[in-house]
Amino acid sequence: MTTVAPRRAPRTDGSQERRRPVRLRDTITGWGFVAPAMVVVLGLSIFPAIWAFFLSLQKWDGFGEAEQVGLANYADMIGNDELQAAVMHTVVYTLLFVPASLGLGLFLAVALNRRIRFIGIYRTAIFVPFVASAAATGILTTYLFNPQFGLLNTILRFLGIPAQGWLEDQGQAMVVITIMSLWGQAAFTTVIYLAALQDIPSELLEAARIDGANAWQSFWKVTFPHLAPVTVFVAIWQFIQAIQLFDLVYTTTRGGPLGATQTIVYYLWDAAFKQLQFGYGSAVAYGLFAVTLLCTIGVVLYSRRSNVEAF
Amino acid sequence: MTTIQTPAHRDAPDSPLSGAAVPRRQPLSRRPRRRFSLWHLVLVPIAVVFVIPFVQMFVTSVTPESEINTFPPRILPTHITFDGFAKLFAESDILLWLGNTVIVSTVAIASHLVLCSLAGYGFARLKFRGRTMGFLMIVATIMIPTQLLMIPTYILFSRLGLIDSLGAAIVPWLASAFGIFLMRQFFLSLPAELEEAALIDGCTRLQVFFRVILPLAKPALATLAIFTLLGSWNDLVWPLIAINNDQVFTLQLGITNFQGARRTDWALLMAGNVVATLPLIVFFLFAQKQFVATMSFSGLKG
Repeated sequence: MTTVAPRRAPRTDGSQERRRPVRLRDTITGWGFVAPAMVVVLGLSIFPAIWAFFLSLQKWDGFGEAEQVGLANYADMIGNDELQAAVMHTVVYTLLFVPASLGLGLFLAVALNRRIRFIGIYRTAIFVPFVASAAATGILTTYLFNPQFGLLNTILRFLGIPAQGWLEDQGQAMVVITIMSLWGQAAFTTVIYLAALQDIPSELLEAARIDGANAWQSFWKVTFPHLAPVTVFVAIWQFIQAIQLFDLVYTTTRGGPLGATQTIVYYLWDAAFKQLQFGYGSAVAYGLFAVTLLCTIGVVLYSRRSNVEAF
Repeated sequence: MTTIQTPAHRDAPDSPLSGAAVPRRQPLSRRPRRRFSLWHLVLVPIAVVFVIPFVQMFVTSVTPESEINTFPPRILPTHITFDGFAKLFAESDILLWLGNTVIVSTVAIASHLVLCSLAGYGFARLKFRGRTMGFLMIVATIMIPTQLLMIPTYILFSRLGLIDSLGAAIVPWLASAFGIFLMRQFFLSLPAELEEAALIDGCTRLQVFFRVILPLAKPALATLAIFTLLGSWNDLVWPLIAINNDQVFTLQLGITNFQGARRTDWALLMAGNVVATLPLIVFFLFAQKQFVATMSFSGLKG
C-alpha cells in the first residue's frame, strides 16, 4: 500500500549548504518540471470543482441565460421523492457490496495464501476479471442472468428451483449488480488482504501453534486483529466506490426495472445530461461529496478511537 | 508497493535440509509428494465461477445464432462459426472504435509517463518556492469525486470545441494526481547520491532526469502505464457524456451502444465484447505481477 517515504535528513556537512536560500533559477527549474502536469490536474479538478459550486447556485440549461437562485437547488433536493428513492437504492447497494467485498476478499486471500499445486492458476482465474470493463461486465450480466436462457436460470432449473427474473425483477436487480461488481472487484480486496496477511510475522503464528491453538483459533486471535487497519482502509475505499455506482447500472438496467436500481449518481447523470439541469445536478454532486466526506471522516475518527491506525 | 509472494515454508521439501547432508529415509522417492490440500476443493469451484463469464463470452461469440436462443439452453455449440465476428465487422465501425481507443490509450500512457514522472521528480528532488503548497494541492484533488467535475468539465470542453472529438476522451487522461503521487513516492526512495554525482560531472537537471533517474524508474513507470491503460481503455462514463458522434466512439461506448440497439444479437454482442476485452486479458496474462502491483497501489476500477 502507499507509504510515504521520509524526507532525506538534511545534510550535516557544512551548514552553509543547508542555509542556502532557494535561488530564482532553482524555482524556475522546479516549476518547469511540475507545471505541465499541474496545469492538467488542477485545471481539470480544482477549477471545475469551484465552478460546480457556482453552478449549483444557478438554474441553467447550458444554452439560455443562467438564473441566480441561491440555495434553491439544495432546497429542491430535500423534498424530492425520486432522489430519496435513489438514496435508498444506493444505501442498499452499499450495505450489500461493502461487507460482501470485505468478506470475499478476506476469504479469497486466506485461501490463496498458501503454497499448493496450481495456486498460480487459481490466482490468475480470480484476478483476471479485474480487467473487465463496466461495458463488458454489463453485457455479460444481461447474458448470464437472462431469465429465459441464461446460465444462472439453467442451473436453477437443473436443481429443480424455479427460474428467477433477476435483472427484470425489482427485488433482485440490485443483488445481481452487486454480484457482478464483486466479480470484477474481488481482485482488489484480495490483493490488499493477501499483502496484509504476508506482513504478519510468522513467529506470531508459530507461537500460537506452540501454545496449542488450532488453525481456526490462531486465525481469529492472531491473524484477524492484525488485519484491522487494512480493513478500515479497504472499507472506506469500497464505500466510496459503492456510493458512486453508475456505470454497471447504466450497462445493465439503465436504472430499471421501474427505477429499482436508480442510484444517486445515475439520478445526477440523468438530471444533468438528459434533462440539462446543470445547476441542480451540481447541487446533487455537492451533496454527494459532502456525505462521502462526512462518512469517511466518521469512520476514520471511530477507528482512531478504537486504536486502529489505518492512515 | 506490495508484491505478493508465496509464503516460504521452512520445511519445504526442496529446502537444503532435505539434501545430501541429512541421511534419506526413503531413498526411492526422490521427489517427496506434497500432501493433497483440502483447499483445492474450495479453490477449484471458486476459480471456475470466476472464469465462467469470460468462457461464456468466448463460447457465445463463436456459437451459431440458431443455437443461442434455444430452449432448453445448450452449454456448448455443435460447431464453431465466426458469423458473429463477420457480422460485427460488416455492420459496425468496430475497427474504427478500436482504433480510437488505441489512440486514446497510447496518447494517455505516453503523456502520463512523461508529465507525471517530470512532476514527481520535481516534487521529490528539486527545491523551489511553492513546492509544498503545490504538492498539497495535487494530493487534495484526489479527494474530489469525478461526479462533481462532470458538469463543469462538459461545459468547459464544449466551449473549447472538444465535445464530440477524440480530444474530449484524451485530455482528462494526459496526467493525473495519482500518477504524480506515485512517481514522487518512487523518486523519494532513490538515493540522492546518484544524481549528485552526475550533477557534479556537469549534467543539467533534465539530462540527469532522462539519463540517470528515468532508467531506474522502470517498475514505477510500469505501474503507472498499467494504471493509465486500464483507466483509459475501460472508461465509459466520461466518453458517454462527451461523445455522441459514432465516428469518434471509443470501444466501450460502441459496445454499450450496441447493447441497447441489438438486444438479442448475442453472437454479435459477444464478438464485440471479445474485441474490447481480449487485449487486456492477454496483457494481464503476460504482466500479471505488474497488474497486481498496480491494483494494490490504486484500487482503480473503471
